[in-house]
Amino acid sequence: MKAAAFEYVRPADLAGAVKALAGMPGEAKPLGGGQSLGPMLNLRLARPKLLVDVSRLESMRAIEDRGSLWRIGGAVTHSAIEDASLPGGEPLSSVARGIAYRTIRNRGTIGGSLAHADPAADWPLALPALGAEVVIAGPGGERRVTAATFMHGAFATALAEDELVVAVEVPKLSAGARWGYWKFCRKTGEFPEASAAVLLDAQRKVARLWVGALNGAPQPMEALAADLAQRGGLAASEDAVSRALERVAPDLDPAQRRLHITAVRRAVQQATE
Amino acid sequence: MSEEHGKPGQGIGARVPRKEDSRHLHSLGQYVSDTVIAGQREVAFLRSPIAHGRIRGIRKPPGSEGRVFVREDLVEAKDIVATSSLPSYKLSGQPPLAHGKVRFVGEPVVMCVGRTRAEAEDLAEQVQLDIEELPALVDSEKAIAEKNVRVHEDWEDNLFLTLTADNRFDELSKKATVVVSRQVELSRQAMVPMEGKAVVAYWDERTDQLVMYYSTQTPHVVRTGIAQFLGIDEGQVRIISPDVGGGFGYKVIVHPEELAVAWLALKYRKAFRWIEDRREHLISGANARQHRYDMTAYADDKGRLLALDARIVIDGGAYSNWPFTIGLEPGQATGNLPGPYDFQGYRCVTQCVATNKPGFMPYRGVARTGVCFAMEQMMDAIARAVDRDPYEVRMDNLVRPEQMPYDNVVKKHYDSGNYPESLRRAREKLDADKWIARQKQGEPDGRKIGIGYASYCEQSAHGTSVFATWGLPLVPGYDQSAVKLTPDGGLEVRVGIHSHGQGMETTLAQVANEILGIEVQKIKVTHGDTGTTPYSTGTYASRSIVMAGGATINACRELIPRVVKIGAHLLGCKESEAKFEKGRGVVGPDGKLMDLKEICTVWYLRPDRAPLDVDRRGLEVSVSYKPQRDTGAFSYASHAVAVAVDTETGQVEILDYVIVEDCGTLVNPMVVEGQTIGGVAQGIGTAMYEEIQYDENGQPNASTFADYLLPGPTEVPHLRIFHMETPSPYTEFGIKGMGEGGAIAPPAVIFNAVNDALRMYGVEVSKTPLTPHRLLEAIERAKQITQPKREAA
Repeated sequence: MKAAAFEYVRPADLAGAVKALAGMPGEAKPLGGGQSLGPMLNLRLARPKLLVDVSRLESMRAIEDRGSLWRIGGAVTHSAIEDASLPGGEPLSSVARGIAYRTIRNRGTIGGSLAHADPAADWPLALPALGAEVVIAGPGGERRVTAATFMHGAFATALAEDELVVAVEVPKLSAGARWGYWKFCRKTGEFPEASAAVLLDAQRKVARLWVGALNGAPQPMEALAADLAQRGGLAASEDAVSRALERVAPDLDPAQRRLHITAVRRAVQQATE
Repeated sequence: MSEEHGKPGQGIGARVPRKEDSRHLHSLGQYVSDTVIAGQREVAFLRSPIAHGRIRGIRKPPGSEGRVFVREDLVEAKDIVATSSLPSYKLSGQPPLAHGKVRFVGEPVVMCVGRTRAEAEDLAEQVQLDIEELPALVDSEKAIAEKNVRVHEDWEDNLFLTLTADNRFDELSKKATVVVSRQVELSRQAMVPMEGKAVVAYWDERTDQLVMYYSTQTPHVVRTGIAQFLGIDEGQVRIISPDVGGGFGYKVIVHPEELAVAWLALKYRKAFRWIEDRREHLISGANARQHRYDMTAYADDKGRLLALDARIVIDGGAYSNWPFTIGLEPGQATGNLPGPYDFQGYRCVTQCVATNKPGFMPYRGVARTGVCFAMEQMMDAIARAVDRDPYEVRMDNLVRPEQMPYDNVVKKHYDSGNYPESLRRAREKLDADKWIARQKQGEPDGRKIGIGYASYCEQSAHGTSVFATWGLPLVPGYDQSAVKLTPDGGLEVRVGIHSHGQGMETTLAQVANEILGIEVQKIKVTHGDTGTTPYSTGTYASRSIVMAGGATINACRELIPRVVKIGAHLLGCKESEAKFEKGRGVVGPDGKLMDLKEICTVWYLRPDRAPLDVDRRGLEVSVSYKPQRDTGAFSYASHAVAVAVDTETGQVEILDYVIVEDCGTLVNPMVVEGQTIGGVAQGIGTAMYEEIQYDENGQPNASTFADYLLPGPTEVPHLRIFHMETPSPYTEFGIKGMGEGGAIAPPAVIFNAVNDALRMYGVEVSKTPLTPHRLLEAIERAKQITQPKREAA
C-alpha cells in the first residue's frame, strides 16, 4: 500500500502553483493537508504524476475580516478555524471542531475538503447553508462560484483540472441569527451517516436548510426553510421533513430515511429552541 | 478501578507496574519492522482480485527474473497441510502462493521483490493474471446445498467437518413445558492487531541457519512449521519474535506469506522483509467470528433449562490452518455452548463450511464469544417466555458452588467458582433497581433504557487431553521454564511462551519473586527466541501464566535447597539447621544471615569457598510443568450493563458497564484489569462496529478503516471491574488464565440490554454488529407491524 511514483513541487506563490497545475493538465493535483489524497495515493486510487503542494502558501493560509464577510484561505486548516475567534462566523469554528479528530484537523484544509467533495463531509454542507462563495484560481485568473453550486456530486465539483480553491468567503451572521448543525456519526471522527444544517437570519432575510450525507452533493430544502422562517420549529414536523426529504433524496431505505429525518429535525431544534 | 485490589510487595497478588511499559510508552519497543538486515529486500504480494477462479496463466513482466515468483518457482516449499484426527475432517492444502485455483479475494498469487515496498508493488502491478472466474461460494447455507461447485475439487461436498453431540436430549426435552427458539448470527471480522503479520528472513552463514524475525505468539511451533514446510532440519531454523504488537490468535498460525518469504531467504541466502499492511490485513485476514445458531431451548415453566437443541454453522472460509486446524472452532463451539449452566439434555450439530473467504482462525475467545452470544440471548428468551426477570432465570440455571467441581453436559470439568455470586454482585454493582426505575419513568430525551446480563466461563490453560480431542496435529504437553541465578544474586527466567500485551515479563517475575523474594527489577524474563528459550507451544488459550508461571514457580523452588546447601556451608551450620528466607538468603540457627548474592558469588566466582559436596547441578534449573489435571482451569465472569437507545438514530450509549470476574488467584490485579479492558474493547467491536460483508461475488466491502470500524477511546466506556478469587484446585497457587475472557461477553450483554430497552416495540436484534442501520431497520419494521394494530384499536 505504497503510492506509485510521483513528482512533488512546492511553489513559492499562487501564480507558481497555478502554473505548475496548468503545466500537466489532468496529471497534476494540488496537495493540501493530504488527509484524503494521502490514503488515495497509497491505495493507488489516485495516481497523479505531479503533486503541487499549496499547504504552505501564505496567501492561502490567512483568515481575514473583510467587514461583511470572513475570508478563509483555502489552505487554512480545520484546527486553525476551530481555534479562531470569528465574530459573526461562529458556526465555522463549531463545524470545524466536529470534523474527524484533532490530528486530522491539524492537517486537513477547508479548500482541500471542498475540492475532494466527499458527500458526507462537513464543509460541503455547512458552507452552502452559510451562503458562502468559493474563490477559484486557474490559468484564466480568479473566478467565484457559490458554495451552493460548487459541488456537483460525489467527488465532483466546479473545479477544472487546472484550478484550485484559493479561499472561501462567508457572510457574517446578524446578531440574532440562529444556526443549527447536527450530524450522526457511528463513532467519533467518522464521516456522518446523516447530517443537516440550518441558518435562520431574519435580519438578513435568510433562511436555509441543507441536508447532507446523501449519495451525491448536499441538498437544499428551500420550501421547508421558508416555512421555518415563517412558523419557526413547528414547521419541521415529522411529516413535513419526510416529504421534503422525499423530494431531495427519494432513494433512501426506511432506516436511512429515519436517520435523515432525525438529523434535519435536530438541526432545526438547535436553531429554533 | 472501583475496588483497589492488591497485596503488598511484589509477589503473587501485588499490583506491580508492568516492567515492559517503559519501553512501550517511550516508543522504544522493538518490532519486526524495526529490524534492519544489511541489503534486505522488500516483498509485496499480488493477491487474487476474485473470490473463486481457475488460474489459466500468469504473465511476469519482462526482465523480472529473480524478482517475481509464482507457486511453481517455490520448488522447495510444500503446501501447508493441517491434518486432524477428527472424524469427517477433510484435508485442504494451502499453497504458499495460489496454485491452480484462487479461493478467496486477497489470496496471495504472486510474490514480488524490490529495493523498496513501493518498487515491489510497482512490479506486482505489471504482472498479468489470467483467471477464469468460477461461481463464488459466499453464503454458508448455499455452500452446503451446492451440488456442483466445490471450494476444493476433490471433496464430495463443501463441508470441512461436522461435529455432533447428544446427551439425554430426547429424554429430557420431553419433560419441558416451555419451548423457545431463536436464531442468532455473528458477522465476519478481522482480528486487527495493531501490528499485522511481519517477517524478516535471512540466512545466517555463521550459524548455518535460516533466521526469521517473525511476529508470532508461538515461536517454537512456527519453527517446526517452517522447517517442515521447507523440508529442512529444525536446527536450521531460528525464530526470533521480538516485541509483538498484539496477536489475538492471528499469530499462532504459519501463514502462506511467511512461508513464501522464508523460501526466498533459503533460496537466495539474502534478507527479505514483508510487512503486512492494513489493507492486506482487512482483505485477506477476515477470518473470525462468523457463526450462525439455530437453537431451541426446552425448559420448565419457571424457566429452568432442561435441554438445548442447537445447529451451529461456521463459515470456515477456504482453508484449514496449521497447526490449530479449522476443527478448533467447531470443537469449541460444540463443547462450550452449554456455558456456565447446569442442565443435562443437549443435542448439537455443528457444521464447518468451506466458502470463498479467508480461512477461519482462532480469535481471542475462540468460539466462546459466539456461544456466549447465543446462549445468553437464549436465557433472555426463556425469561420472556416464562415472564420472569432474566436475572432470576439465570440464577436458577447457573452451576451452583456446592456442585463444584462440576462435570457439565458435555463432560467439561468446571474446577471451581461461585457463578451465581458473580452474577449477584454484577447486578448489585450495576444497581439494577435504579435503572429499572429510570426505565419505567422514561428519559427526558426520549431514549430508552435497558439493562442486560451475560455470564460465561472460560476454559483456560487446557492441555494435552483437551487439544487431543480437537484432533490437532500438534498437542501441548508440559511447559518449561529455565531459571538461573546470576553471580550478583539476580534471576534470569527463560520461557518458550510469548508476551505481546499480556504483561508476562512482569507477572512471571512476580511468581518468581513469590518463591525467591528477589526484587522484580532484578528478574530478567526472556522469551520470543527459539535460540535462547526452552520449548513451549507458546501463548494462546489463556495458558501462559498457568503453564509458564507454574513451571517458573517449580523451577524456583528447586533452586532453594541448592542455595541452602551453599549458605549453610558458609554459615558453618548443618543444612538441616539452615533456612531459606525469601528475599534475604540463608539464615542459620543463630539467626545469622548469608545473603543470596554472596551465595551466588561463591558458586560462580569463588567455588573455592563452596562445600565439597555442593549440588553440581548448580544455580540453574529447567523444569517442566503441567497442572494436576489438564482439562483446564475455568475462569468465569458476569457482565452487566445499562444502555440508552435512541430510537430515532439507532445509537446505543453504554451508560454503565460492570464486570465481576474470577480468574482464581490474581497474580497482578492491574494486569488482569488491563487484559479485561482490552478484551471488552474488542468485544464491543464485535458487538457494535466490526464487520466485513461480502457481495454475491465474494468481494469484501471493507478494505480500510474508513469502512471497517473499530471502537476507539470514546466508544469504550469506563469499565467497572470487580474481582472474586476462587483458586483452582489443580494449578500452582490456584491461578487461572484469563486473557480471552473480556472479549467473550460484550456482544451478549449489549444485545440483551438493547433488547430489554426495545421490548415495548417488540424488537429483538440478534445479528452482530449492532449498527444503527440494523437497529433502525428493526424498529421501523416493528412499527410497520404494530401500526395497523393501533389503528384497529
